[in-house]
This record gives sequence, structure tokens and C-alpha cells, in this order.
Amino acid sequence: MSIFRDAGHLFRLAGVYLAGTLIFLVVRAVVVPHSFGQYGHYRGAAIAEIADRPLHFAGHQACETCHSDIAQTKAGGMHAHVNCEACHGPLANHAADPSIDPGKPDVATLCVRCHAVSAARPRAFPQVDADQHSGGVPCNTCHQPHSPAIAAGGSK
Amino acid sequence: MNITRRHMLILLPAAAMAWESVLAGTPEDAPNYTMSEHWWSMLIDIPRCIGCGNCVRACQAENDVPDGFFRTWIERYHVDDWNMANPQVISPDGGKEGFPSVAEDDKGKYFFVPKLCNHCADSPCTQVCPVGATFITPDGVVLVDQKYCMGCAYCVQACPYGCRYIHPQKRVADKCTLCYHRITKGLTTACCEACPTGARQLADLKNPNDPIHAFLKTHSVQVLKPQMATGAKVFYNDLDGSVR
Amino acid sequence: MPGVDGFMYPNEISLYWSVLIVLYPYITGLVAGAFILASLVRVFRVEAVGPTYRLALLTALAFLLVAPLPLQLHLGHPERSFEMYLTPHRTSAMAMFGFVYLWYLMAVLTVEIWLDYRADIVALSQSTRGWRRLFYRILTLGSSNVSERALHIDERVGWFITLIGIPSAFLLHGYVGFIFGSIKANPWWSSPLMPVVFIFSAMVSGIAAVMLLYMAASRLRRQPIDMRCVDTTAQYLLYTFIVDFSLEMLDLIHRIYEADESFRSLNFMVHTKLWFSQVIVQICFGTLVPILLLAFVQVTKLSTAVRKRLYVISGSLTLIGIFAMRWNVVIGGQLFSKSFLGYTTYKMALATREGLLVSIGLTILPLFILAVLVKLLPPWPKEQHVLQAAAGGD
Repeated sequence: MSIFRDAGHLFRLAGVYLAGTLIFLVVRAVVVPHSFGQYGHYRGAAIAEIADRPLHFAGHQACETCHSDIAQTKAGGMHAHVNCEACHGPLANHAADPSIDPGKPDVATLCVRCHAVSAARPRAFPQVDADQHSGGVPCNTCHQPHSPAIAAGGSK
Repeated sequence: MNITRRHMLILLPAAAMAWESVLAGTPEDAPNYTMSEHWWSMLIDIPRCIGCGNCVRACQAENDVPDGFFRTWIERYHVDDWNMANPQVISPDGGKEGFPSVAEDDKGKYFFVPKLCNHCADSPCTQVCPVGATFITPDGVVLVDQKYCMGCAYCVQACPYGCRYIHPQKRVADKCTLCYHRITKGLTTACCEACPTGARQLADLKNPNDPIHAFLKTHSVQVLKPQMATGAKVFYNDLDGSVR
Repeated sequence: MPGVDGFMYPNEISLYWSVLIVLYPYITGLVAGAFILASLVRVFRVEAVGPTYRLALLTALAFLLVAPLPLQLHLGHPERSFEMYLTPHRTSAMAMFGFVYLWYLMAVLTVEIWLDYRADIVALSQSTRGWRRLFYRILTLGSSNVSERALHIDERVGWFITLIGIPSAFLLHGYVGFIFGSIKANPWWSSPLMPVVFIFSAMVSGIAAVMLLYMAASRLRRQPIDMRCVDTTAQYLLYTFIVDFSLEMLDLIHRIYEADESFRSLNFMVHTKLWFSQVIVQICFGTLVPILLLAFVQVTKLSTAVRKRLYVISGSLTLIGIFAMRWNVVIGGQLFSKSFLGYTTYKMALATREGLLVSIGLTILPLFILAVLVKLLPPWPKEQHVLQAAAGGD
């Protein structure tokens, strides 16, 4: 009996800690997001939130639904596997609202990005020294970008 | 080639419908996407990479990546003869605007290495996150919950590949999401969409019809820093031993 | 790219852990070290260092209260830090550290101080007036039982708490070491020796800090310094320092001899970017000089005045050296690229949230807290006039 009296202050201290723990548990139950732990140790709802972020690139499938003629031209040529937005840039806004003018890419900077000659590039990849090759004449004077090989009697 | 206004009016409903289907739903309630049916990865075909920087620009446009930080970037390696231990590597602005030209008579070999988050199956970054703000989804994509991340940067330290950074405005960890908002809608990632040579290909390891299976059967592929045992899921074809 | 030599992965160019993360292991280390010194008295019955016992406990508490502040300031979203307790990730060393910290603060240090001071608190709650009376009354938790038997129980429980306190202090700082040592991506950190080195360097810094504080406090109080106490403390400082230095050298020699893939890169870093902070400050002036000075005192018979001076010099150098060690671990670990092909530079800002002024403030803050604690809970020998002086007001 007297041990309880003389250790009374220790029980009080234990009581304080116990109360703190209980408050923590209550706060925890209220504050932790509901979807936490749904799939693992994280907020499950975060997955859907990230999946909901807006698109900027429409994807070539969307382009081809309307521009099937271009898709056909492309399919037979060297640029068959180059997707539309690789050159035209992100156009999801145009896909959602076709009245938005996507503009035209600038061939002066566009073509050389891939085709400017550099020993760092894979050997088999077609490369030109633009100045030597055309002397400043824009690439699309001779090459049709959607099917760039010069069909009849071209030197290259 | 040019679409006239008349064409456009005819095409408009079709385009709108196609676009609706693209935007359909979230992974949770979209009937056509079940997380457990996918296990995403990427294939990088080094001999096809021309260092044009399209992927870097596409990523920044698609994901609003802050200046000076990169969810994907391209490194150009220069290995002189046998000196594999000392490659000269550059990545000017992440390769965003391409690379300076190299003259034909230059010695040694050159090649480009696109880098991105490896979406590791045993990722050190998710292991060290103290609060569960970064995680691997059931379909194998490592994501950051930016509403939960407290920005301690422990994950940045833990990533062996330097793929993470602290977003300077949002002050939370940021990284490649493998365009999770695209791949769950049946699209490919922005970098793969914009790659002109097919050097980057999104792959679903759980899909038996994915061309990656045929590719892996016939090629020597490697992951980055295999000694880190992170279960990296970005596979590199024809990767040189000097690459770190 | 300014400040970059060679090739860094583009996201590595800016450092993510600043000087604040240097302060954090430094301050935590002082806590653990001070506590270990206190435990010498209580558990290992080293009576000579008795006069430092309570001061060591209060020092530990003052620094422990400040320890999470640099972390909070460094976080991008400090308001979310409580998530560490709400949804702790079991596989994260940092999350578990939150619990180790809480355990150490609440279950070890506070309880030990409370038990040790309980008789004083009860006496003060009766002899003071106003807010101080209320403060002490709250601290008594409404029990003024200071019967012989109650105090005997306190003594036994306190001894037991100190006993669990020792592994807890090891755990506290070992864990800080583990946070770094377990990062396999970073060869400068990744080492199983890291936690052990952190524990011993913590003991070194804590003992040195309490020794200096005791000497400074005696001077401020115009009380004679108990030289037997300081001599013994310095002796323990020397011994732990030798162990600490041996461990660090073991780590260094092991790295040099093994010379793995990261070695060339790290070796170059130590010879350039870290040369001053690592070799000059940490190893030469922060370790070798104090060890030699302390050893010199051991093997010679010097006058009290000279010994005091040497203790102050070696103690101060020790604190600088241990700070440099934390700096070299935290900052050094981010200066080289994980590609091992290049190096970046750390530029400390002056007046930003993670700048120099804030870190100086955070280093001084524990001393202010300690001054307040000393005022509220006088750690000096329980002489009646001292208690009365404390009760009499400021």
C-alpha cells in the first residue's frame, strides 16, 4: 500500500504520458488521409491524382484520326516512324479544339537538329553538312518533310 | 496536305470523339485500365539515339519541368580507345538543344545515353522516404505524392542515378512519372512520342504481346549500375561498359 | 557551368543538404556525448566527474530541444513533418529516427532529469512565488512526496533509466550515422563503420562541450574549478578520442587499400575541395593536436593554470574538429558526382533560411536554452544557499 503512496508521483508521470499517447492516437486517426495504405504505404488517391494531370502531347493516334492523308504519305517514306509531334511539337490543345492553329515548324532549325553531320551520331543515320549540301536553300525546297526521299532522279 | 475549313468541320466530331476516348477516365474507374495487368519499363536502344534532344524538350513541355532540372536528359560519351575508366561526358543543358558537332577525324568513339528514372522494382528512393510520399505503384511506376512530400531530400540522396531533384517552387521531390497520366490512357510517354528514331520505347513487361519480349530475346541489354541491385527497369541495348 | 569541374548528372549540380544538415548531427552528437558523460557518474560510479552530472544532463536537454530545428528549417514543407509520426515508413532510417528521438527526449532525458530534480522542484515550488511557483507546481505533477522512501525509489528508477539511457544515447547517434551509412548510392557515406564513428565522435564532442561548459560556468559563478573533476573528464576525453580517431583511420585506410570504383574520385576530392576542411581542420587541428595536448597533460606534471589553458584549447579544437567532421561527411558527400566524373561546389548563403546566420543562431540557441534551464533547475551542488539564491529571484 505504502509503495503505491511513495511511488505515486511515478504513476502520475505515467498518466501524463498515457494521456499524451491517447491524444496522439486520436489525432492520428483523424489526420491520416483515408486512402493511405490502400495499395501500400502511401496515399492511394495520389495515383489517380497523378494520372489526371493534363496532356500536352496528343499522341499520333489522335493526329491520324483527322490527318489520315498525311499518315498515308508518311507511311511509305523514310519518316514513317517519326511521330507527328516529334516535329510539330505538343498539340493536345489543337486535338481538343481543331480551330487552334498549330503553326508550322521552322525547317531552318528543325531538320538540322537531327540531320546536321556529327561524328558523334550513329554512322548509318543520314547526316548532311547543311551549308555544303544546299547552300542555304531551305530543306523543304527539295525534300517533302513527310516523305523526304527525292523520288525521281534526285541526286540523294 | 492542308486541311480546309470544310474538311475540318467534317472531321471535327470524329476528332472530338477520338479525343474523348483518349481522355477517358482515371486508372481507378476506367474499365480499360487495371493496374495489376501492367508492369511498366522502358527500352533504350543506344545505337539509334542521335542526341537531338527531342525527348528532353518533350518531357519539359509535357511535365512542366523547372529550368535547370531534368526528368530525362541525354549524356554524350566520348571514350578514347581503351581508356574506358575515363570517359569524357557532356550534357549541355541536359542535351535539350542537342550537342556540338564532332569532326570526322576525331579520335575515339562517341555515343549518346538518354537517362531517366529507372523505375526500380527495389528502389532505394522509396525505401528511405520517411513518410510514404514516394512509392512504386502496382503497375511498376515510381511516383511522388506531392501533396504529402515534406521535401526532406533523403530520396534525392538515395537515388544512385541522380534522377530526382527538389522542385524549386513546389519544394517537394520531383522526378519522371513515366508519364503516368499518359500510359494509363493507352498513350506512350512524351519522350517516346517525340523520339524520331525509336531509340526510346515504352514497354509493358506484363503484356505478352509487347515487342520488348522479342527484343530482349535477341539483344544484349543492360541496366545502369547493376551493382546497386535496384531492380532497374530501364533496359539499355548495346550499352558501353564506360557508362555510369 | 559555374562551380562544376568535370561531369555531374544535371540534377546533382545544386546541393540538397545544406549546412543545416551539418548542424543536426553535430548537435545530436553533443546530446549523446553529454549523456554518456552523465552516465559515467550514475552507472559507472566515476565519482570524480560528479560535479558535471547535472550540468551534463541539462546540456543534453538544451541541445536535444534544438536538434530538430535545423531539420525543420531545411524541409521544403515543415508543416508536414508531423507525418513522420503519423505514417512512419518502416523501411526508412529517417522515420525510425523520429521515434528514437522521441523516446530519448521523453522516456530517457526528461524522466531522468525530473527524477533527479524532484526534491529540488518540490522545495522550489514551496519557496518561490508567482509564475515560478506555478511552473514548479506543474513540474511536481501535484505530488510533493519527498519522503526518504520516495526519494529512494526515485534513485533506483533513475539509475535504471540511466541504464537504458546509455544504449538509447548510442541508438540516438548511431541512428544519425545510419541515416548516412545506409545510403548505398553514395560511397562517401555508405559504410557500416559510419554509425560507430558517429557514436564515438559524439562522445568526444559531448565530453569536450560539457568540460568547457563546466569550466565556463564555474568562472561565471566565481566558484573554484574542481580540478579532479576536469582532469578526469579530460582523461575520458582522451580515451574516447583515441578510439574515435582509430576508427576513422581504420575507415580511411580501408578505403585507400580497397580502392574501389569510387576511390579515385573521392581521393581527388579529399586532395582538393575537402583538403582544408578534412585534412587541415578535421584531422590535424581538430584531432591530432587535441589528442597530443591531452596526452601531454597525462604524461607530465603541469600546474593547474597551464592544465586549464590546455584543456580549454584542446576542448575548443575538439569541438571545431568534430564540426568539421560532420561538415566533411554531409557536404563532402554531395560534392562529387555519383558518376565519379566530376565535382560541384557548395556556396553557403548568408541570410537565407538555410544560410550562415541561421546556422550561427542555431548553434548559439542551445546555450541560451541551457542558461534558462540552469536558472530554473540549478545544477550546482545542493547547498541550501544556492537553492535560496535561485528562489530569491533573478
